[in-house]
Amino acid sequence: MSAPESLFDKLWNSHVVKAQSESTPAIIYIDLHLVHEVTSPQGFDLLREKGIGVRRPEQTLATLDHSTPTLPADSEGNRPYYTGQAKRQVQTLRDNCREFGIELHDWDSPYRGIVHVMGPEMGATQPGMTIVCGDSHTSTHGAFGALAFGIGTTEVGHVLARQCLLQSKPKSMCINVDGRLPDGVTAKDLALNIIRYLGMNGGTGFVIEYAGEAVRSLDMEGRMTLCNLTIEAGARAGMIAPDETTIDYLRGRERAPQGEAFDRAAEKWLQLASDSGAEFDSEITLEASAMRPSITYGTDPGMSVDIGEAVPQADSLSHQKALKYMGFQGGQLVNERKVDVVFVGSCTNGRLSDLRAAADVLRGRNVAGHVRMLVVPGSESVRRQAESEGLHETFTTAGAEWRLPGCSMCLAMNGDLVAAGETAVSTSNRNFEGRQGSGSRTMLASPETAAACAVLGRVASVSDLEFREAG
Amino acid sequence: MQAITKLTGPILVLEQENIDTDQIIPARFLTATDFDGIGDHLFADWRFDASGEPRPGHVLNEPRAVNSPILVAGHNFGCGSSREHAPHALLGFGFRVVISSQIADIFRNNSQNVGLLPVVLKADQHATLMQMDGEEITVDLEACEVIVSTAEGAGHRWPFSIDPFARHCLMRGLDRFEFLNKAEDAITAYEESR
Repeated sequence: MSAPESLFDKLWNSHVVKAQSESTPAIIYIDLHLVHEVTSPQGFDLLREKGIGVRRPEQTLATLDHSTPTLPADSEGNRPYYTGQAKRQVQTLRDNCREFGIELHDWDSPYRGIVHVMGPEMGATQPGMTIVCGDSHTSTHGAFGALAFGIGTTEVGHVLARQCLLQSKPKSMCINVDGRLPDGVTAKDLALNIIRYLGMNGGTGFVIEYAGEAVRSLDMEGRMTLCNLTIEAGARAGMIAPDETTIDYLRGRERAPQGEAFDRAAEKWLQLASDSGAEFDSEITLEASAMRPSITYGTDPGMSVDIGEAVPQADSLSHQKALKYMGFQGGQLVNERKVDVVFVGSCTNGRLSDLRAAADVLRGRNVAGHVRMLVVPGSESVRRQAESEGLHETFTTAGAEWRLPGCSMCLAMNGDLVAAGETAVSTSNRNFEGRQGSGSRTMLASPETAAACAVLGRVASVSDLEFREAG
Repeated sequence: MQAITKLTGPILVLEQENIDTDQIIPARFLTATDFDGIGDHLFADWRFDASGEPRPGHVLNEPRAVNSPILVAGHNFGCGSSREHAPHALLGFGFRVVISSQIADIFRNNSQNVGLLPVVLKADQHATLMQMDGEEITVDLEACEVIVSTAEGAGHRWPFSIDPFARHCLMRGLDRFEFLNKAEDAITAYEESR
């Protein structure tokens, strides 16, 4: 009998085109290449430079998300791009997709959305695949039991041209989360707790498999949130073994196999789970029942506390700098913090269940007068479904803005900005200095928490909000 | 891609830990469709104020900064976004080598692909270098050594490890794509075997 293999081993081994040697990395085959406007132009230039085409256009899928405005076009159809350069970048992707025969989800597509929201929704993301994109949050797709990771633009060119990548095999880590998350504690809170435990570099050099009851209990959208944030602990890829939850999600999706072919595929997908006795380079066990709704207070995603706790005292120069940037002092309660902006959206928390969760908190309540709240669906599909449920009206009635799909204020390159010195509670993935605009201060939290913060105008959990209203 | 074998020059120290690629090159500079001139925006929010004026006193605005080919930065350099614009901006500014006690995976890969040499040293060695801002050191990729002479006249030769293939390509200025290109038969065979 062969040695027990982990999910990661199985994914890696089944995609080796040429094995790693002492002097050369492995050549790994890529099943799905996702492309967006920001990190692809120079990759396409490589093709022109070498005079070659895209090897597998049918395994390549493109969308517009990062540089796109979230306000609608004017009466003449002109979109309010932030800069002429942003508009040109979008046109460049359009031109490249036409020239090289790649399916692009442009403004008129019913599927256009953030690349990591769109791929799974279309059923393009499937268990057992290798998936890459010039974007670090490609780790999201690992939720399906795929090996998915972000690459640079040079590598985007490599995959376009040869459908392969040069890679050395990373180390493996298994994070078991035992027990059940308490009510009101979300996948986002779970992820923030894991990053707090590992630190923002604890996963460097590793691929992480998430396992255990708390992980199995998450729905697919929660699993995507968890895997999405894997890169924030330094690991390029996070993954969860496919199970019935995965299969139920994929059945009937446009790009998934159909009919009997689906059943055959599903049977194979269930075989991908790590064998019992599979070895990992590192194993960690955490307890879910101890976790609480959390929020970041510093300038990296590892700097978080339970809502209601105090900001820790600075223990290093960098920590001190982070507190100064955020305008916090060690020992101060996070709940005292006044909030200026609330952003619900992104590839981390811009899916339907995220919008429902935020809407549930806002229904019958109002966004505080001094707070600007932006709700940005992750894709056109999410927008359609949300609007059919009336969620957009819940948001606008409460005083929030309802926008068009895109990355928006997560990285603020489309003009959706947080002003210098303002505090934003954001459902996105990075609280780096200036991430949401020069001088902006970001606190990361779940959609539920973000909505509670919007209502009270300061940092609060949903239970804080309910307690205050009851009192 | 310019080859790099051995390089001697003054170091520039950025003490900050966990310098992410959003600091190295903020997202608003990512709408360009080429990498030309991107070095002008390196650490833009650190170097320039809201009106675009250089912040006086920032080490990256000192005249020596552009003449220091070796950046020594705090632990866990290059974390966050996968933007290849980050190593391109460092190269565009004039850096050829980045030294830290940990370098993030995607950034390291991207750097090796575009000709910026990432070097990871042990914590104590790195700590010594962090105290030597402005002093001259040698990075020898052939020997995989960082060579340091201290003011007291004592010298250090610190070996570092680097992926042998990355070293091979960096030392010759080789485009890794050519290696993939030579594997065409293996790729076709793999596709046919599925």
